[in-house]
Amino acid sequence: MIATLANKGQSRLPGILEHASGDKRFKILEAHIKKHQFKQDALIEILHKSQELFGCLDDDLLLFVAYKLKLPPSRVYGVATFYHFFTLKPQGRHTCVICMGTACYVKGADQVLAAVQAKTGIKPGETTPDNQVSLLTARCIGACGIAPAVVYDGAVTPRQTPESALEHLKGWLGDDHR
Amino acid sequence: MIIDDLIEIAEKERASQKKHVVRCCMAAGCMSSASKGVKERLELAVKEAGLAEEVEVRGVGCMKLCCQGPLVQIDSQPEPGGATVAVQSRGQGPLYLKVKPEDAASLIGSIKGGQTAVPRGDPNHPFFARQKPIVLANCGFVDPERIESYIAAEGYLGLHDVLREMTPKEVIDTLIKSGLRGRGGAGYPTGLKWATVAKTANPQKYVICNADEGDPGAFMDRSVLESDPHSVLEGMTVAAYAVGANQGFIYVRAEYPLAISRLQTAIRQAKQHGLLGSGIFESPFNFNIDLRIGAGAFVCGEETALMASVEGKRGTPRPRPPFPAESGLWNCPTLINNVETFANVPPIIRKGADWFAGIGTEKSKGTKVFALAGKITNTGLIEVPMGTPLRDIVEVMGGGAPDGGSIKAVQTGGPSGGCIPAEALDTPVDYESLTKLGSIMGSGGMIVMDQTTRMVDVARFFMEFCTDESCGKCIPCRVGTAQMHRLLARILECKATARDLAKLEELCDMVRHTSLCGLGQTAPNPVLSTLRFFRKEYTDLLVEDAFGPNGKEVSST
Repeated sequence: MIATLANKGQSRLPGILEHASGDKRFKILEAHIKKHQFKQDALIEILHKSQELFGCLDDDLLLFVAYKLKLPPSRVYGVATFYHFFTLKPQGRHTCVICMGTACYVKGADQVLAAVQAKTGIKPGETTPDNQVSLLTARCIGACGIAPAVVYDGAVTPRQTPESALEHLKGWLGDDHR
Repeated sequence: MIIDDLIEIAEKERASQKKHVVRCCMAAGCMSSASKGVKERLELAVKEAGLAEEVEVRGVGCMKLCCQGPLVQIDSQPEPGGATVAVQSRGQGPLYLKVKPEDAASLIGSIKGGQTAVPRGDPNHPFFARQKPIVLANCGFVDPERIESYIAAEGYLGLHDVLREMTPKEVIDTLIKSGLRGRGGAGYPTGLKWATVAKTANPQKYVICNADEGDPGAFMDRSVLESDPHSVLEGMTVAAYAVGANQGFIYVRAEYPLAISRLQTAIRQAKQHGLLGSGIFESPFNFNIDLRIGAGAFVCGEETALMASVEGKRGTPRPRPPFPAESGLWNCPTLINNVETFANVPPIIRKGADWFAGIGTEKSKGTKVFALAGKITNTGLIEVPMGTPLRDIVEVMGGGAPDGGSIKAVQTGGPSGGCIPAEALDTPVDYESLTKLGSIMGSGGMIVMDQTTRMVDVARFFMEFCTDESCGKCIPCRVGTAQMHRLLARILECKATARDLAKLEELCDMVRHTSLCGLGQTAPNPVLSTLRFFRKEYTDLLVEDAFGPNGKEVSST
């Protein structure tokens, strides 16, 4: 993919910019870049904002950021793929983040994960085919006092068991999972 | 802002203190157990009972006993009036556990002698009584979202003394005398680090606060940032004055949204009050702090990787020397300290180096905050003097393993640390003693494991973590951790031989000595320490070598 970016980057750019001029989200992103005075060291902040606005970082978006910050696309792509927080693939409607930190692990987070995997049929980092649920794991969300913790759509939920986790997912999954 | 303004704010805040203060924990642990709803209902109940003149509902930071959240504590002054009474009686009122929003009315009723069915905790339990709060002194008492609350607790007074009455050298001498050592894990003397940065001639210097608390099982820094953000800002400002920096960064994990928002609020308030920005306390000293949000890379806790990340690059470490103190952020001298280290600075300035040096052991001064978690009855946050025996922490304060289990090992230092077996529980907790046991102090995560935990599985868990988090820059770490993980998985599947175990030990040695940064150098620690104390668990899983000692090499792939 990096080859595509490098070869076709220049020729794709006018199209991206034209598309961007009609998209409100790009306007917000541009204002954010301006706030950071087009500083190249604000790249991570700008990628955070991009992901917040668009849900994921696709090629066109990365090229747009690279153009605005006057950075080589390879550098932007390199940063976007280095950090776990950034995702290049679209996420499902709901996200389920299972904390796999040590405290959660010794309290049985692996069983919760196994149950969710069996139910949804997807592995961590994947999204169900009907685009309903994305399953993710975290390295530690710092909620060790209430382990095992699972984050459902941004809400940290304490003391999960395989049963309570499946109960939570029930409403999210399409008919073919029931 | 001058000192009179500061005193005025403090006095106004103390005078407006109501007779009863209902403190409701609003840190991430309790928030996830719906403490926000509890606070709203408590406020409503106060209004309905017509007690708004007498009762204040205050959202505070971590109240330490996270496993029993949401926590609510009601402090009442015996007599109306002075602030000193309030300080004496604080933390001694009835403590309510696992409060639900619908309990609010009965809790407020209990202030006027009513009955309530909400379970009570004992504020004199060793879990609370044995603590020695310095870093956490304000934690659970001040409102982290109001700067006035921090000022009323003598906040920013130390900063005034530093800026108006001390030279940078005096500040550094105070720090050296106090014996404070870095709380990020390695334990480098803080005063010496400051002195090195101060000595450099470069006019542009930076101060960084490392709040990238990546160790799984550690949540002390998160709690400090959520509960008392101003103490970190004050500590950083003192440091900046001492070393001659004018720009600071706090690098905080994206996984801590609450800490980020409280820090943003705190920085905004400090700027409004002239405690950050230009001409602080009408001195010629300028200092600004910017937040940098991490993006989920464990290696960014390593200082050179962190600085690369602040510069907006991939977070890969670089060889040292040059150390950041000489050439750090954008090649300028950079002081980089952990959250807890900075939070220790304001009390040291306020109360003096001798007071601080009087706490702890000969080589490790002061206190250390630990996050107790895992298979233990009382999980939560504790702060104890250095040198406290591990047994006191896990058995007396933590209450031992729940459900009649027995403690098998205590893991400290996260993926860079090791497992301390139950036999060694009488070890005093300080930098040197833990290193002797093959573990490290680390940032302060303490995970208790009981008899059901398989140590080989724990070692494999940490190795999987390191394999995932290795940045890939140097080969020993990138390839070595992957191979060690495969060997450990093989042992767990009962497919490994004695030869595989020997290879694992050899790899541990190689990775430890040849990796570029701390991540790789310490990655073998969990394996080495479990091998040292629980070798039998490994050998029990081995199978006979089918090829004999001179046979074909058993491949590790």
